[in-house]
Amino acid sequence: MYAFGYHRPGSVADAVKLLADHPDAKLLAGGQTFIPTLKQRLAQPSDVIDLGGIAELRGIRAEGDNVVIGAMVKHGEVMRDATVKSMIPALADMAGVIGDTQVRNRGTLGGSISNNDPAADYPGAVVGLGATVITDRRQIAGEDFFTGLFETALEEGEIVTAVSFPKPVAAAYEKFRNPASRYAMVGVFVAKTAGGVRVAVTGAGPCVFRLPEFEQALSTNFAADAIQHLNVDASGLNADIHASAEYRAHLIKVVAKRALAKIG
Amino acid sequence: MATNGIGSSVKRKEDLRFITGSGRYTDDIQLPHQAYACFVRSPHAHATINSIDRSAAEAMPGVLGVFTGEEVAADGLGGLICGWMVKSKDGSPMKAGPHPILAHRKVRYVGDHVAVVVAETLQQARDAAEAVEVEYGVLPAAVDVAKTHDSGVDIHDDIPNNLVYDWEIGDKVATDAAFAQAKHVTRVELINNRLVPNAMEPRAALGHYDTGMDAYTLYTTSQNPHVARLVISAFVGIAPEHKLTVIAPDVGGGFGSKIFIYAEECVCLWASKKVRRPVKWTADRTEAFLSDAHGRDHVSVAEMAMDENGQFLALRVNTKANMGAYLSTFSSCIPTYLYATLLAGQYKTPAIYCDVQAYYTNTAPVDAYRGAGRPEATYLVETLVEECAKDMKLDPAEIRRRNFIPKDAFPYQTPVALQYDTGDYEPCLDKALELADYAGFPERRRQSEAKGKLRGIGFSAYIEACGIAPSAVIGSLGAGVGLWESAKVRFSHTGKVQVLTGTHSHGQGHETTFAQLVASKLGVAYEDVDVIHGDTSKTTVGMGTYGSRSLAVGGEALVKACDKVIAKGKKIAAHLLEASEQDIVFQDGNFSVAGTDRSKSIGEIVFAALVPHNYPPGLEPGMEETAYYDPANFTYPSGVYICELEVDPDSGVVEIQKFTAVDDFGNVINPMIVEGQVHGGLAQGIGQALLENAVYDESGQLISASYMDYTMPRADDLPSFVVHTTAGTACTHNSLGVKGCGEAGAIGSPPAVMNAVADAIGTRISMPATPEKVWRALQKTQLAQAAE
Repeated sequence: MYAFGYHRPGSVADAVKLLADHPDAKLLAGGQTFIPTLKQRLAQPSDVIDLGGIAELRGIRAEGDNVVIGAMVKHGEVMRDATVKSMIPALADMAGVIGDTQVRNRGTLGGSISNNDPAADYPGAVVGLGATVITDRRQIAGEDFFTGLFETALEEGEIVTAVSFPKPVAAAYEKFRNPASRYAMVGVFVAKTAGGVRVAVTGAGPCVFRLPEFEQALSTNFAADAIQHLNVDASGLNADIHASAEYRAHLIKVVAKRALAKIG
Repeated sequence: MATNGIGSSVKRKEDLRFITGSGRYTDDIQLPHQAYACFVRSPHAHATINSIDRSAAEAMPGVLGVFTGEEVAADGLGGLICGWMVKSKDGSPMKAGPHPILAHRKVRYVGDHVAVVVAETLQQARDAAEAVEVEYGVLPAAVDVAKTHDSGVDIHDDIPNNLVYDWEIGDKVATDAAFAQAKHVTRVELINNRLVPNAMEPRAALGHYDTGMDAYTLYTTSQNPHVARLVISAFVGIAPEHKLTVIAPDVGGGFGSKIFIYAEECVCLWASKKVRRPVKWTADRTEAFLSDAHGRDHVSVAEMAMDENGQFLALRVNTKANMGAYLSTFSSCIPTYLYATLLAGQYKTPAIYCDVQAYYTNTAPVDAYRGAGRPEATYLVETLVEECAKDMKLDPAEIRRRNFIPKDAFPYQTPVALQYDTGDYEPCLDKALELADYAGFPERRRQSEAKGKLRGIGFSAYIEACGIAPSAVIGSLGAGVGLWESAKVRFSHTGKVQVLTGTHSHGQGHETTFAQLVASKLGVAYEDVDVIHGDTSKTTVGMGTYGSRSLAVGGEALVKACDKVIAKGKKIAAHLLEASEQDIVFQDGNFSVAGTDRSKSIGEIVFAALVPHNYPPGLEPGMEETAYYDPANFTYPSGVYICELEVDPDSGVVEIQKFTAVDDFGNVINPMIVEGQVHGGLAQGIGQALLENAVYDESGQLISASYMDYTMPRADDLPSFVVHTTAGTACTHNSLGVKGCGEAGAIGSPPAVMNAVADAIGTRISMPATPEKVWRALQKTQLAQAAE
């Protein structure tokens, strides 16, 4: 770790101001990616702004047909939350399979989506459910939030404050873990929503993406059989020592079918 | 019979401190004025060092010194050595390139040690290490053992084709003749995948030069501190042996990787004198991946000649072994004397021939890793045997039964040098078949098929040679040391016992097992025995722990030290009981006059020895006895493992349903510890078969250099094991009748798993059987079937 200045603001406004004052600062949420990165000297921020002291970033509440989850809410809280479990059980399930117990007790929603690791689970849920990302200055449709490998639509100095997830008719998340890291090698979030069927894939490509062919097929028959005849194009998918693009393409269908089978 | 003595599953004495975080590991040791080392490591697999500019680093805060291979050379230090001379077929000695403790003008693998920075704090050392500017001249790299011969890359000067040796064993003429007569030949090509040992505690060293005493102390993560002292003194030449103490305190796992003498520990010791401060280094996990000696990495072709009944007539093997960029301490003997000598397995194959080419590559050194050569031999033999069964349309149990060395053939001289003293293989097979419910397998397979799963079952009948080793035998084969062991039993006035052993425990539980042994032999309370190891200034000289040798060799030395205590005690008892020494019998801690009720407890005898007011004239006072023991032969644990698993054809995921291990370890001191050793070995063996793989890319970068990419087995990757240790056959040449159990699980399990995978998917794939590999194999089979 290199030396850095440390700040723990008490409000989003203070955090935004600190970011503006320290252009080379980084935000610390749950730290599940950031702290190991610092320890390995792979990042050298001038300052670290710890969001852990900001009450307004915490809490889960129902707003009409939406569940609004604060950016600093931990995965373990989402997994256990009664509101989430009753309105969007698939979201609680998804949070319950992120990392391990230690990660779930530290890692946060805002940290996960702002980092946009291609193998993270949350982007699948945000896009799969058609959620809206709320920041200190605006609202961003989930689709538009994730723009590329570790890239998001966040502007310089912009902070995610919450995500609003609409309650689906039915939804499920399933993933195939990388055997070494246990991150999602392929994760598929399927949802039947008021606006139609959504299928979001994480882990397989450089960034979360939707599968229009699957969505179309599932619109008429929301069941595993409906996608049996479809195949996923491997071009553009990730490839590494654990899985080729071709294998990932195959797994997307396998995993999507398993997610659909869960809904039954 | 002493409570908690031999045969009792006593809970381990050492575990309380280990599981409560009270262990004392090398990194826990803090010396006054301690400084910290950080190594500058090569980012290139193969490059010349054109220049090193250390001026910026030297000027940084807290820096005490920056040293390179130039200073090492200027100080006239020797290099690290490989202690086993293996000769090629033509009689020429193996070609060992220099292995300096800091690279000199050239680097040969990613992670090679180029320079060291010593600073007041670890952060300062790291900061300064980043400021050392090294100008490299990048050279082409040779990484793949199968291609290094013709790569045109010269890793060391004057070692053509990177060939370390071209060695052979067995009777080539007889083997070829048997092949000419064979009714059937089965052939396999195998890769034994490269592994990273991954002990929980990374390597660490704390070197301390004491100016006043002109003496050195090295605290280090070692499985064999006396061997470290010998190499660092006699070959690296940092300090004369009597001025060097090596202390290996609690060590968090070794699996072989901490046998070897490494550059970093030498550098810390050497630099300590340069900066006149204790110098500490602790590897981070990335350094461990890059610079710990790796294991396995063989490419082999094996053929079995059979008659029409599936009787083995001859075995012919060629192996190419990857040694990495330098020859590590014991590396040369692993793919030769610890590998090819085991190729008979449990079978009476009359003719065997094997030749082995060992090569340098631009990768981390490769040396012993749990099993060391024997897993490679077992994987090869047991894969081949299973393929033989398939080719001959025989049940895999039946083909083994037909070829087992029969019980009445022991001692059995194999065609590959070893003589097995004892063994009885069919009872292990029978027990394994029973515990695995082999008869019920077809029905379970049907049930799996009904769920859309593919079920397979696989066998492995392993043999290993443990208790390394009879010194004269290994000496004749090129070993540079003797592999005897030593022990001392020291009584105090109050009858408490210190056992000093030359072995080293780094997870094996010696503090428990050796105390049980002494409790049984001397009739003292188990709680009254303390076992001391790992400090060359305290313990008897010993050769350390590896090759499942601690009990079979070190334990036997301890028995002999106990025998000396008893012999001396009889003299004292005879005096006190006014009887003839010949009439004194020792049993359960009491010296008695035979046929009478007159006796003295061992506590009374010890007290008399230490307070010799009434004592045999001329007899030395004190009760402290030392014994050295050189074994007559290796020991030969054996067993049969059966793995049953399910494959999900959609994803290629393999899930082990049941793993049955039946082992003949001879006599057992602590059954719980033995079972734990088997569990640990199985986890590592199954890890090799399904999960673990060290992968270098073509340029020599280790791309599996973290747990993000190197798949360590986790508890949920493994089934609940069915482990059974048979009474079996006791070792015939040590008084305990023990054989050793530390490596068996890792030796026997990979072929059982891979044979089961092959049985499930109908085709053979290489280790590790990752989901994608399994899926691809199934795709290929389906395509082939569709084409028919």
